Amino acid sequence: MIEARFKLDYPGFTLDVDLSLPSSGVTALFGHSGSGKTTLLRAIAGLERVPGGRLMFDGEVWQDENVFLPTHQRPLGYVFQEASLFAHLTVRGNLDYGTKRRPTNADFSNIIDMLGIGALLDRKPDRLSGGERQRVAIARALLTQPRLLLMDEPLAALDLARKREILPYLEQLHETLKIPVLYVSHAPDEVARLADHIVALDAGRVVAAGPLAETLARADLPIRLGEDAGVVLDATVAEIDHTWHLARVEFPGGSLWVRDEGHPVGKRLRVRVLARDVSLARAEPSGTSILNHFRVTVRELADDAHPTLLLARVEAGERSLLARLTRRSAAALELAPGVDVWAQVKAVAVLG
Amino acid sequence: MLSPSDLGAIWLTIKLATVTTAILLVLGTPLAWWLARTRSGWKGPVGAVVAMPIVLPPTVLGFYLLLLMGPNGPVGQFTQWAGIGLLPFSFAGLVVASVFYSLPFVVQPLQNAFEGVGDRPLEVAATLGAKPLDAFFTVAVPLAKPGFLTATILGFAHTVGEFGVVLMIGGNIPDKTRVVSVQIYDHVEALEYAQAHWLSGGMVVFSFLVLLALYTLNPTGKKK
Repeated sequence: MIEARFKLDYPGFTLDVDLSLPSSGVTALFGHSGSGKTTLLRAIAGLERVPGGRLMFDGEVWQDENVFLPTHQRPLGYVFQEASLFAHLTVRGNLDYGTKRRPTNADFSNIIDMLGIGALLDRKPDRLSGGERQRVAIARALLTQPRLLLMDEPLAALDLARKREILPYLEQLHETLKIPVLYVSHAPDEVARLADHIVALDAGRVVAAGPLAETLARADLPIRLGEDAGVVLDATVAEIDHTWHLARVEFPGGSLWVRDEGHPVGKRLRVRVLARDVSLARAEPSGTSILNHFRVTVRELADDAHPTLLLARVEAGERSLLARLTRRSAAALELAPGVDVWAQVKAVAVLG
Repeated sequence: MLSPSDLGAIWLTIKLATVTTAILLVLGTPLAWWLARTRSGWKGPVGAVVAMPIVLPPTVLGFYLLLLMGPNGPVGQFTQWAGIGLLPFSFAGLVVASVFYSLPFVVQPLQNAFEGVGDRPLEVAATLGAKPLDAFFTVAVPLAKPGFLTATILGFAHTVGEFGVVLMIGGNIPDKTRVVSVQIYDHVEALEYAQAHWLSGGMVVFSFLVLLALYTLNPTGKKK
């Protein structure tokens, strides 16, 4: 368990958080730029000194009124937005820098293989691509066997192709790492892919915190996601339809047909359903090109970004979906909490 | 050709510039580091004092150093009390004066280099377990290497070229304070133009080579 309490008051910037973060899984610190998420991460690392702050990590005091553990004494790994490799050292020199100072029994070759940087060891950082540099930076942090991994928008400085190159590595980390990861991001798709928990920050304050699926399914999430509003569902591949290249994935309370991306039956997947891709109907839809429709119960109606629109949270079995619709449609369908309707899902993204 | 007294002056000049540069690198590095990283209000005043030898006439600097280190000056009284004797008109006095005179030429390149390194590499080093001093020597210094090269060359060359301060504080004592620039002055005064040419031409070649080294070893615009 990580307990963090920080309060900063600069002109034009405040940070006021009192948080308990889980000590396993990936916790996304999510918010727009200027929301204080990077400052919070830096305060946890000890890179930013927040007077009067308090930080406990698994029962150890890292900061309180009397104690301030300097960064180099905190057993953490930090991946910065730009890779920040030491320009005067080779890749190997960079990797050794941490292990020389924090001798560990980390499995060097395993980590090198996992991040695919075995062929780069003798190169200088200026001979690497942006994606390669970031992978080296991640490996450098992991090799010190940190007990906490902090990542500050590790993909933000990369173009889309490089992001796609790194995401699988991050997903693999997510599955294999036993340590807690704090992942700062302003990109909802990264959060949806990688996080287990989310802390949403706005103007230096925590506006929502909790397990990812539950939190994203809140129709009244105080942080407006706009086009990115939607839910993630942890599902299992239940059936493959080879004729149409479709896979049926099951989640507690329902199932969805998705594109068959070659995952075997039984594989656990995370899928994302955006609110804009869910529509509601009073009668069972027929004669439609949309594959997925099922019965749901309206639980909640909430304002959306624009007064034309609202977000409806509907329950399908044990899971919730969000649907975006116009107020006019909601009135025409006489939607209200408790009403049973049909949901049509136009698109489902398989996050892997 | 060069006379024994010319050779003595050259040797003395090299010795002075070497000792001065060495002292300046030791003193200038922490000063430049502080100037590059402090957020204190003293940054401006200290930076201005460091830069003053660039704009002051060397005679002014020499004059005040002479007063300070003279028998009635506070530094002079201290050195006499400490049993060192008086600094003016000695090699040690020249070293002290040269340190002041060449200070900005060592501190400013180092300060620029440290500012160019920035906070990030040091933060990275800290997250990898490096103590601040460790990070300084293993990250900041290697990354600031071009700055150290510039500082060394400029500090050395600028000390070689000093004249006014030397004359004020050291006078013209063979093998003790008579450096090349003073020797040239003496030759010209004595109308020994041939001798003056040898030394002056040598200085021209030396200056060119130094600057050539600076610009080829340290190409600007390649830094990131």
